[in-house]
Amino acid sequence: MSKIEINNIYKIFGNNPDSVMDMVKGGATKDEVLEQTGHTVGLDNVSLDIEEGETFVCMGLSGSGKSTLIRHLNRLIDPTAGEILIDGENVMSLNPEQLIDFRRHKMSMVFQRFGLFPHKTVMQNVGYGLEMQGKSEDERDKIAMEKIEAVGLNGFENQFPNQLSGGMQQRVGLARALATNSDIMLMDEAFSALDPLIRSDMQKQLMDLQSELKKTIVFITHDLDESLRLGDHIGILNAGKLVQVGTPVDIIMNPADDYVKAFVKDVNRAKVIKAKIIMTNANETNGIDKSNLVKVNEDQFIEEFLPQIVCTNANCEVVDKSGNIKGYITNKELQSSLTKS
Amino acid sequence: MFKNKRDLFNLSLLGIFVWLLIASYNSSKRKPESVGELLKDFSWLSDWPKWLDLPLMKWINKWFKALNENFGFIFEAINNFLLAMLMGLKNFLVQAPWPAVIIGVVVLTYFASGKKIKTTVAVGFCTFFIGFLHPRFWDKAIETTSIMLISIFLCLVIGVPIGIWMSRANRVREKILPILDLMQTIPAFVYLIPGIMLFGLGAVPAIIATFIYAVPPLVRLTDLGIRLVDSEVTEAADAFGANKKQKLWGVQIPLALPNIMQGINQCTMMALSMVVIASMIGTRGLGDEVLLGLQQLNVGRAAEAGIAIVLLAIVLDRITQSYGETLQERNAPVKKAKK
Repeated sequence: MSKIEINNIYKIFGNNPDSVMDMVKGGATKDEVLEQTGHTVGLDNVSLDIEEGETFVCMGLSGSGKSTLIRHLNRLIDPTAGEILIDGENVMSLNPEQLIDFRRHKMSMVFQRFGLFPHKTVMQNVGYGLEMQGKSEDERDKIAMEKIEAVGLNGFENQFPNQLSGGMQQRVGLARALATNSDIMLMDEAFSALDPLIRSDMQKQLMDLQSELKKTIVFITHDLDESLRLGDHIGILNAGKLVQVGTPVDIIMNPADDYVKAFVKDVNRAKVIKAKIIMTNANETNGIDKSNLVKVNEDQFIEEFLPQIVCTNANCEVVDKSGNIKGYITNKELQSSLTKS
Repeated sequence: MFKNKRDLFNLSLLGIFVWLLIASYNSSKRKPESVGELLKDFSWLSDWPKWLDLPLMKWINKWFKALNENFGFIFEAINNFLLAMLMGLKNFLVQAPWPAVIIGVVVLTYFASGKKIKTTVAVGFCTFFIGFLHPRFWDKAIETTSIMLISIFLCLVIGVPIGIWMSRANRVREKILPILDLMQTIPAFVYLIPGIMLFGLGAVPAIIATFIYAVPPLVRLTDLGIRLVDSEVTEAADAFGANKKQKLWGVQIPLALPNIMQGINQCTMMALSMVVIASMIGTRGLGDEVLLGLQQLNVGRAAEAGIAIVLLAIVLDRITQSYGETLQERNAPVKKAKK
């Protein structure tokens, strides 16, 4: 059972969404529906499975429905049709009280423009989810302080959000989402409003936290580099339709259509592809010159060992953490993996 | 038969219009002998005919009389309640020694303005000058202020909840906005007259009239303030599982407070401008000094009283305004960190 299952979700914005459902199900495009009925198709038959403990990145340009999709998971937006199962429980069947309880314990969210409460201190902001859970003030402050330290903001706990820089504010947002100790974290373009250096810092911090916490993260972004860096799986949305779901390497090596192709065209493959993806397995190594070998860890990106190989004209021996030989990489594999299709 | 509800609605409006025409014709004493005459003699087309007269005045008077006879006890109760509140407040302030009142105002300003010395001192002097202009003004100013405070209290208790209700439902908003427009455009005298008839001469109709005149900006600004709260912030409250009550009191109202305070400020200023008009129905206070000056053509007297009203306005404005400003500074959106 997947942690999150989304089955055939449709979302149509407008006065009478049900009236255009047949048309959308019949395969009309977003533009046709808009022109003929004045309704906007937000999501068009989206189905997804997200596994426990993975980071799922949902990518698309603005207007592709990615923010709409993430808001369906905690029902900030209700779908026109379809069902959403979380831990096997249908979210659509929750009554208002159950929904509030569900939001308090199961999911937390990080927002693009931070969504912090300007009238509360950093500490109170981080403790907000706990306050909603009904925890006492002492307990709240204790947990909040832990999370503030985890994101590296100690010393700022009594400041107000508008006294902090953008990057620091988003750390508060992250700490607030972590504090409730929910299994699922929704991140809606969480780092898009930050400048590039701080963004890459925050990505690093998120990955470090994730390697310890192993939460199920649904991350929304329009930035391909970000999605390749963070995502275990990536789903690409175009005009409300899910066009491809796969691992980062899948997406780059086998783009499903022209839209995805255009997306991945300019990606620096050496930065994304790991040694273990392109290596030839150790037991199939006929005729490889093993006289001149460079040792490479299986989780290293091509970019990290490429210069060494170019300089020494060597082949690579791929090893895992404990030093066992897993495979080999020659110039042939390097060439085919780095050539753009 | 009808395309939709809209057509039915328009048709019923037309029906009401025709019924009004017939009713006014039938009730008129100056109608021609028979309807047939209208078709023979067309002189009624040149000047507005006497019989084409909607008897709205009669209807309202009749309705109003019935209201007064049948529900008089309700108005009596409202009257007694408001009067008791007003008298309590007024007597307390009048009996207190005047330096104590000035000190009270100064202390209030000091804390409301976020400890700004300049504002505090200015407000202190303004308060002093009200009595300094004419000793009689002191008690009258207190009387005026008491009427205003009670009116503003009514505005708060009734206006803010209505504003909150409007911000939550567009339907409610659509219905209430025209009523607010009506309250703001209808001349004050129109509701002063029924006020006198229901509550008698004096302070209570003034309070009611002030309420009607001053509450619309408070309602509008409360509604606006809550609607202006950043949608991502309210979304965050939702996402962390705040229920409606927690969202309203914990997030929406605190963030709308600068706007609500602006509404209270506007409410105060409008209430004060009602003071002179209310003096015409026998309300005592600074307004009747202006009226007296007008009746005696005594420029100096009217000016003195006018200045006293302005001073009172400054005092009340500074207290309410500066409180709003202190709030605004804290709630301002992302601001560059101080260097």
